[in-house]
Amino acid sequence: MRSMTITEKILAKHCGKKEVAPGELINAKVDIALGNDITAPIAIREFRRIGATKVFNKKKVVLVPDHFTPNKDIKSAEQCKILRDFAIEQKLTHYYEGGEVGVEHALLPEKGIVVPGDVVIGADSHTCTYGALGAFSTGVGSTDLAAAMITGELWFKVPQSMKFVFKGRLNKWVSGKDMILRVIGDIGVDGALYRAMEFAGSAIKKLSMDSRMSMCNMAIEAGAKSGIIEPDDVTMAYAAKRAERPFKFYASDDDAVYAGVSEYDCSILEPQVACPHLPENTKNVGEVKNVSIDQVVIGSCTNGRLEDLEVAARILKGKKVHRYVRLIVIPATPLIYAEAMKRGWFDIFLKAGAVISPPTCGPCLGGHMGILAAGERALATTNRNFVGRMGDPRSEVYLANPAVAAATAVKGKIAHPDEVV
Amino acid sequence: MKLRGKVWKFGADIDTDRIIPARYLNTSDPKELATHCMEDEDPSFASKVRPGDVIVADKNFGCGSSREHAPIALKAAGVACVIARSFARIFYRNAFNMGLPILESAEAVDTAENGDVIEADMDTGEIRNVTKGLGFKARPVPPFMQELVKAGGLLESIKKRGAVV
Repeated sequence: MRSMTITEKILAKHCGKKEVAPGELINAKVDIALGNDITAPIAIREFRRIGATKVFNKKKVVLVPDHFTPNKDIKSAEQCKILRDFAIEQKLTHYYEGGEVGVEHALLPEKGIVVPGDVVIGADSHTCTYGALGAFSTGVGSTDLAAAMITGELWFKVPQSMKFVFKGRLNKWVSGKDMILRVIGDIGVDGALYRAMEFAGSAIKKLSMDSRMSMCNMAIEAGAKSGIIEPDDVTMAYAAKRAERPFKFYASDDDAVYAGVSEYDCSILEPQVACPHLPENTKNVGEVKNVSIDQVVIGSCTNGRLEDLEVAARILKGKKVHRYVRLIVIPATPLIYAEAMKRGWFDIFLKAGAVISPPTCGPCLGGHMGILAAGERALATTNRNFVGRMGDPRSEVYLANPAVAAATAVKGKIAHPDEVV
Repeated sequence: MKLRGKVWKFGADIDTDRIIPARYLNTSDPKELATHCMEDEDPSFASKVRPGDVIVADKNFGCGSSREHAPIALKAAGVACVIARSFARIFYRNAFNMGLPILESAEAVDTAENGDVIEADMDTGEIRNVTKGLGFKARPVPPFMQELVKAGGLLESIKKRGAVV
């Protein structure tokens, strides 16, 4: 039998084959099919147009209205109502709204809806986040989602894999976000086009689940089909207390074939900042200091988890946000929200002058809850800094980790956390 | 299927936010989406594009979000075909699934200029820049994808298999 990567093994298992090879076209069983308030309305329209009446499994079709919620206007409300009506009609187990909804890619792992070894598709490009659990997960469009909702299957071309090996100890204030930004800076926004990015090495083994999710989340920003990390003790500790289904750990064979292997020494990695207007415009924070900032956003499916809020709280404790900066903190799920409050971080954020938003994708995609005017500049812990991403096409977005974001909010210009603490 | 239209030329890494900004995604109505198509890249595009026009773009066209609103907006705006050096993965899938013709050809992209008249044969992959008198062959579309197109898209192909219940 040929040696396989973790991605190839998961895909082989889900299409009933002993082995698959890159380039092969397969029809794979889907464990979870996900849609949100932007993409699901089209999927539901297509579902009905083709004459479907029932989803393949009411426990495996997940709808999370998180983008323009709490409903920002009448049109958004109507989009959300399409999801709501469909969820009620189909008796979907996993439908969340109001005080139960969170940012989908933080919510699904937290609730144990996605588990190690799964094949997950989502009509949201950041569905690749779940690779952090050792699952194959990838973003698709609404028509693909409709097909998966009906049949429980979807076609895939088995991707080639690229391996990124991280060694050495991470420096203070450096996290998974910086590791992935550095990779994207090196290979470019199409550097992993159509491929699976596999993150490995001693530094990954020591990485928290939150940081692993930040990394896999941004695989799409290098054009990748998926990002994945071999499950280990960290994965077991995370999944064991959450998984709602039995799960399976897969691992790459030692002699599996990769389209490329690159190594990174984490001990020389500094906090990274991606400059406008592509995530590949990555620089060390020291190279972009003194860029003045109007708004800082800490949140999103990339960096709205507990670890992210914790480091922000550590930096902001006893500090004031710069007089002319708007700091918006967005805990990604209700559980993270409650926990942050319990730990006293809300007091720190509020005393510093931040505004705390309910869980939502909101400003990340220029939806609501923090839109930029022409000429304004934001630094965000989000994932994209395209033209007009957070508002007016003449505004700018810089991407960074939550520590840099918190320090920047205090200084009013892009800053290294050491300058503040 | 043969197409003929005027070229709109764009650069590399045209992301889906530029094809249809997220601020307009509170609707999925194709006509409404079309009025904002390419707005942040060229505000005059939506009003000036004519049915049958062709977009020619550099590498990684359609990168970023998975929104199918992007190919929907292009198609509803009248764009007959997108020819690019390469396409981002999800956009590529979406275009086939919802029926926006796309072709990959580095040579066609390198030689095309705004306003050129281009012909494309979707069955053979032959591209002709009529204005410049040049001919190219696009990267072949995988047979599986051709089958999808022939079936009328992904959902129709599923229906034909009898998998819709």
